[in-house]
Amino acid sequence: MSKVPTDLKYAKSHEWVRVSGDTATVGITDHAQHELTDIVFVELPAVGRKVKAGEACAVVESVKTASDIYSPVSGEITEVNNAVADNPALVNTAPDTDGWFYKIKLSNAAEVAALLSPGDYQKQIGG
Amino acid sequence: MLKRTPLYAAHQKLGGKLIEFGGWEMPVQYTSITDEHLAVRNAAGIFDISHMGEVFVGGAGAEAFLNTVLTNDVRKLAIGMGQYTLMCNERGGVIDDLYAYRMNATDFLLIINASRIDEDVAWLEKQNAGRCDLKNMSAQFGAVAVQGPRVKEFIDAALPGSAAAGAEVKKISELTKNQIAIFIFDYVTIYVSRTGYTGEDGFEIVAPAEKIEAVWNRLLAAGQPLGMKPAGLGARDTLRTEACYPLYGHELDENTTPVEAGVGFFVSLDKGEFNGRVTLAEQKATGVKKKLVTFKMTDKSAPPRPHYPIWVNGAPVGEVVSGTQSPTFNVGIGMGYVPSELAAVDTKIEIEIRGKRFAAVVVKKPLYKKS
Repeated sequence: MSKVPTDLKYAKSHEWVRVSGDTATVGITDHAQHELTDIVFVELPAVGRKVKAGEACAVVESVKTASDIYSPVSGEITEVNNAVADNPALVNTAPDTDGWFYKIKLSNAAEVAALLSPGDYQKQIGG
Repeated sequence: MLKRTPLYAAHQKLGGKLIEFGGWEMPVQYTSITDEHLAVRNAAGIFDISHMGEVFVGGAGAEAFLNTVLTNDVRKLAIGMGQYTLMCNERGGVIDDLYAYRMNATDFLLIINASRIDEDVAWLEKQNAGRCDLKNMSAQFGAVAVQGPRVKEFIDAALPGSAAAGAEVKKISELTKNQIAIFIFDYVTIYVSRTGYTGEDGFEIVAPAEKIEAVWNRLLAAGQPLGMKPAGLGARDTLRTEACYPLYGHELDENTTPVEAGVGFFVSLDKGEFNGRVTLAEQKATGVKKKLVTFKMTDKSAPPRPHYPIWVNGAPVGEVVSGTQSPTFNVGIGMGYVPSELAAVDTKIEIEIRGKRFAAVVVKKPLYKKS
């Protein structure tokens, strides 16, 4: 049974967003890491890159496959989590805390409101 | 509609994650590919290989017929022995790679790839033209593989008994590498061979479809206390990649010859005529243009994957055909085709991953060899 923390917002494509002021932290959900299993590589976006909501901006690789990570929100990348690049297994063990991917300065805060609530995401993954 | 093996219900019960493979709905993993991979390397794993095909070839002309359609020499097989071999078209391209077993003087069992059953049987029937008895029994049989260093500790207890026919084998653990024998399980005959596709010691068991779940359950119960885990196609692929075994559709296809694929050892030129002989003899004598190499990443990078370009000296020269993150060595590994002059061990190559190039080196195969 996957965890769906209630303080996060969710994208249909299995990323989560934690908003603090005008910045959001982005990672992948517990459900996503369960489905991927054995994460062996994470490719993060460059700091300073501007991304649009829905744009592929990171890659997570399991033993079996490479999967694109889509930014749930638009903005500029301000910081990336080098700890997950060094130790990709963090995404498996702590997907919604230490296993975060990047921080992004929001260019359109209204996008956050359009993301899924924890309850709706839970429904999507069959909870 | 995807085909299901007789172990489909067993996979569901074990929580296997099912995917499509060669037209079959098969478990890719139960818990994690890495866990299952390491279980096979350190203890044991059990795999459903019921999707693979079984073809019986019999009759006075069976030996001669097989020697015209397969590259290895079946005359070398004593009763109860098997060999790796390939079936080639007239151009030397590979129709399939398979195992051929001699059950007695005139009867042979071929174990063929799931994705190639229709092509193989059609090709064999055309070549045979009624000369010997050819029977595709793939739908009537299921099969499992038990692989790993601890399998020999429980296999005899799980499937007791002496061989029912063929060579004198008092128990399964007495089988030697590539040997097959018939045993009795629950009043029916099953075929047990000391073979596998993981680089570990182990056995493959072919049984009537309606009995394979009982065989699976018996082996699972016997092996689990020693650390055996059910293992899916994901681990099967990483294990065979470390052992550098070819997988049809990756290292092998109808436009690639066994010599190019580095399995020329299994092409016997001194047995008379066989399909592809002219090309294969010429390639063995004068060399090939492209060659399969094994490589490992020397740069930190994402795992190499099939179809990634291979570069040497700033030019694209070939393509990856198999690649993964090695669970045993925790490094990116793979196989790919390059021009022969660039295939020497220690050649520095680069693998292009999402538009960037990363350093790798050609290494000796196999990457993994059991101690």
